[in-house]
Amino acid sequence: MKRAGFDSRWLPILLLLPQLSIIAIFFYWPAVQALRSSFYLEDPFGFGATFVGLENYLRLFRSSEYLKNAWFTVIFSVSVTFLSLAIALLLAVKADKVIRGAKTYRTLLMWVYAVAPPVAGFITLIMFNQRWGPLTNFFELFGWDFRVRLNYNDTAIAMIIASVWKQIPVNFIFFLSGLQSIPRNVVEASMIDNRSSVSRFWTITFPLLAPTGFFLLITNITYSLFDTFGTIDTILRNNPGDNPVTLVYRVYLDGFRGQDIGGSSAQSVVLMVLVLLLTVFQFRLVERRIHYN
Amino acid sequence: MADLSQPRSVASETPAPRLPVARVNWGAVGDHLILIAGVVFMVAPLLMLVQMSSMPDIETIKSGPSLQWGDQLWPNLMKALFESMSFSGDNTGLNMFWNSTVLGLGFAIGKVIISMMAAYAIVYFRMRFAMIAFWLIFTTLLLPLEVRIVPSYEITQKLGLLNSYTGLIVPLIASATATFFFRQFYLSVPEELLEAARIDGAGPIRFFIDILVPLSQTMIAAIFIIMFVYGWNQYLWPTMIITDESKYTLVQGIKQITQGLEGSQQVPEYGRSNLLAILAILPPVAVVIFFQRWFVKGLTESDK
Repeated sequence: MKRAGFDSRWLPILLLLPQLSIIAIFFYWPAVQALRSSFYLEDPFGFGATFVGLENYLRLFRSSEYLKNAWFTVIFSVSVTFLSLAIALLLAVKADKVIRGAKTYRTLLMWVYAVAPPVAGFITLIMFNQRWGPLTNFFELFGWDFRVRLNYNDTAIAMIIASVWKQIPVNFIFFLSGLQSIPRNVVEASMIDNRSSVSRFWTITFPLLAPTGFFLLITNITYSLFDTFGTIDTILRNNPGDNPVTLVYRVYLDGFRGQDIGGSSAQSVVLMVLVLLLTVFQFRLVERRIHYN
Repeated sequence: MADLSQPRSVASETPAPRLPVARVNWGAVGDHLILIAGVVFMVAPLLMLVQMSSMPDIETIKSGPSLQWGDQLWPNLMKALFESMSFSGDNTGLNMFWNSTVLGLGFAIGKVIISMMAAYAIVYFRMRFAMIAFWLIFTTLLLPLEVRIVPSYEITQKLGLLNSYTGLIVPLIASATATFFFRQFYLSVPEELLEAARIDGAGPIRFFIDILVPLSQTMIAAIFIIMFVYGWNQYLWPTMIITDESKYTLVQGIKQITQGLEGSQQVPEYGRSNLLAILAILPPVAVVIFFQRWFVKGLTESDK
């Protein structure tokens, strides 16, 4: 707040009203609703609901299907986060270094930011076409008969490739801007002290990029949990069968297809807690970062 | 202090006798090779889409993408734009393009206006409930729409907003990302401006319109771009809210397009499907490339 703020009483309320009413109706109401219905078992024919306490949650953690999805989500998120961060970092370091064509590289490496996740899924399906898909052909060189949607692991790998492709640009943009904000004199001093560019990277550049990296780590985990829904749904062609799905996809499946409102709400609440933990973690890191500066 | 001797010895080593021939800098060649590999990975899929959409479908079905350039681009584009994908006849490419535009622009405009107002109230007014309002708004940063999707749908249904642009756009605005950016920006505006404006007798509305809005132009542009891309690319929410095919968006239509390719009953129409996918990519990509500088600035400021 500014020290010399205005004193009007009604104007600020008027200014806040649109935002507050939208979040009240479309954020707090549904969030509370999710919390509430996670303790109820809804009648499938819509004849009211019975309070069942923690039953929905217990059912979740006893379900081997749910645990399997949770495990897949962990593997999926770790792979997507690690691969897209590593590739983007490598590209950003190189793009920061080259002189010729720097701008062209930058544009060509970041345009995918604007591609919608389902389109990434659509492209992946073509790339992995059973008969002539370029990536199917590529894997065949190694004697790997790649079958998306027929083989659990192959489907998982296709989902990871698509999600990594979609996420590299954001990471690239942030890493590049992080690299460019490293003061020139630090870079020059390090060049005098250390002639190996590899060890210079690990001792100087990498630690200086750490704050950006931490921020991106959380962003990427959140991305792989939530924003990959469109990619996954398109690859599965809306019909998961025995294929891997993430936890968010399951909230949608159970809530919409299965009409299991209680179970789906309990899953929502589990995810809410997960996001809350991630955010608290992130805030603590940000706080520490401010101390650096 | 031993370090001081280091640069000198390095310096004495470097001016080695140089050959007059231009030397190949292998390090730089390696850098370019890595970057080119990255560019191929990112761009090749798009080129593949474009190539396939120029070929007759019969060719594509037989042998997939190739290096050939066919003559079917125009007829395929006409089909993609004007022919419907289903019986209702309503979801032509053009129609979906229009709906996506409404969603992207409506969302971006709504978001910018609402969050500028809210951030202004929080930063520039002495208010008793400022802290409460602040927390009420910023808690929404914690939970993405995806985790509360089922109850959000039920509420939208209760309000009778299914299959309407309002139901499509307004619930998406219920998060505080943009408000947060604007708050950060306003806080960085020098206090003296406000004091000077008050001495000149400017009221809160005057100050907002004549001073703050012009000052925030770059910020507004950056956030507008990010929000347009975000809105245009929405998938899950439109899929649930819109069942009326005349209101389908392009990104939402991708599902139908993909299912069309599976088509066991007729020839899968790769040409048309790919063009619809390209149509779904084009506007947000164009915006990001054209306004690259603002967009990158807006995006990277967001983590501060």
